[in-house]
Amino acid sequence: MRYAMVIDTKKCVGCSDCVVACQTENKVPIGYARDWVVEVTEGTYPHLQMEIRSERCNQCENAPCVRCCPTGSSHYSTGGIVLVKPRRCIGCGACITSCPYDARFPHPKGHVDKCTFCDHRIKEGNGPACVEVCPTKCMYFGNLDDPGSEVSKLLRQRRYKTLIPEAGTKPHLYFLT
Amino acid sequence: MREEVIISGRMNPMIDPQLNIWHWHIPLYLFLGGLAAGILFFAALYTIQGKEKLYPAAVKRAPFITPFILVIGLLALLLDLNNKPYFWQLYTTLRLESPMSWGAWTLMVVTPISFIWCALNIREIFPSFDWKYGWLKWLETFFIKYKIAMSWVLLIFSVILGIYTGILFSAFNARPLWNTSILGPLFLASGLSTGAAYIMLVSRSHAERIMFSKIDIVLIGIELFLIIHMFMGFLASTQVQIDAASLFLGGPYTAIFWVFVVFLGMILPAILEVLELNKFRVPVLVPGLLVLFGGLMFRFVIAYAGQASRWLY
Ligand code: SF4
Ligand code: SF4
Repeated sequence: MRYAMVIDTKKCVGCSDCVVACQTENKVPIGYARDWVVEVTEGTYPHLQMEIRSERCNQCENAPCVRCCPTGSSHYSTGGIVLVKPRRCIGCGACITSCPYDARFPHPKGHVDKCTFCDHRIKEGNGPACVEVCPTKCMYFGNLDDPGSEVSKLLRQRRYKTLIPEAGTKPHLYFLT
Repeated sequence: MREEVIISGRMNPMIDPQLNIWHWHIPLYLFLGGLAAGILFFAALYTIQGKEKLYPAAVKRAPFITPFILVIGLLALLLDLNNKPYFWQLYTTLRLESPMSWGAWTLMVVTPISFIWCALNIREIFPSFDWKYGWLKWLETFFIKYKIAMSWVLLIFSVILGIYTGILFSAFNARPLWNTSILGPLFLASGLSTGAAYIMLVSRSHAERIMFSKIDIVLIGIELFLIIHMFMGFLASTQVQIDAASLFLGGPYTAIFWVFVVFLGMILPAILEVLELNKFRVPVLVPGLLVLFGGLMFRFVIAYAGQASRWLY
């Protein structure tokens, strides 16, 4: 089983509901964020293209943050989700430095924090908070290894990209373009 | 031309808009680790070669500082942890994939040996000193008996420690400036150079100073070669690495790197040392302190500039 998130950049309107949902669901300390929305304009006038992306930890299959963690606090959990064990984390910052997506942040309590794909909700059979709250339903969550899952179908049918593929991290966050 | 304008709603202090997670502690720790590695390397090397009489400062006097600087370095590292009370977790796992983990274990080997090393020489430096208890005297004889074996361990682990101070950075492929395997040998050469400079400073024998001046000149030459090599590598690489190199080639770190690290920390002391070898009178304090200062600046510049370099995104 490999969990993945597929985000349709054609449907995202950049309302940041996902950000608010995450902050509420995961009690993200004020002033910090586990997910965020970027607006990207590419090209040279008059050939411009705009894209809106909701971004978070890419739950990399080849995660540098797991590799460099000296205590084993950063680890792969069920479905390839990368998690931090707060009680093993010394807050050395190696994982923050090693993440090409800058997806982690130092939690004021001392340990490092980041998106967990809402693993506590998945265990109960729900989807991640950001996915469930999205008003345009632009996000999908599911199992990549199941050919019948919605994420697998979308990745077969649509064009997609991952972020900074050249970093070799094998992200599990896909953007439909 | 490809242009990306990003408006981002992310807000993580110390990360946005620029990564700023490692402060002065890490470069200081790496400098002190490299310096200790350099000093202990020469101490072990000349002990193995049986040249203790020829190089008394290298083998005996200089290592006296190593336990202190290693402990100060570790304290700096501890201060930089966000979860300080959990620091001991470093020693509940050995993770070879993580340079920080094997660095911690390397220090676990080197630090106690540095203490023992000082203990073995203490009576020579302070003749009135005496081990009060019989078992301490017994320990001393024990370690003197195995001094050569200990020197070999120290020789190997000091090299590992020196390389580690650079690998710690180069293992991060997310920071293009650090992601070059040259940092390992470069930091080792720099650590050995600062070690040689310190030995020069504390040495009282002219012959020994001359020897370490020569060693230092060679090491500075190696460093300059590796630095040129590093830039050639960056400029022949991908856009992210070209951008990283441009931090030093016209970017915000240009002056501090070329003036403080390369000129004041390497070229000028090398010139002064060459002058001294040619019988000009140069107070040893000047090149020695310059090399130490340059080594410290080098680590600061690399640590900060590395955090300013990132992937196109
Ligand atoms: S995005 Fe960053 S934090 Fe998330 S798994 Fe990848 S490297 Fe780790
Ligand atoms: S900050 Fe915590 S999770 Fe990150 S590498 Fe250090 S110990 Fe591991």
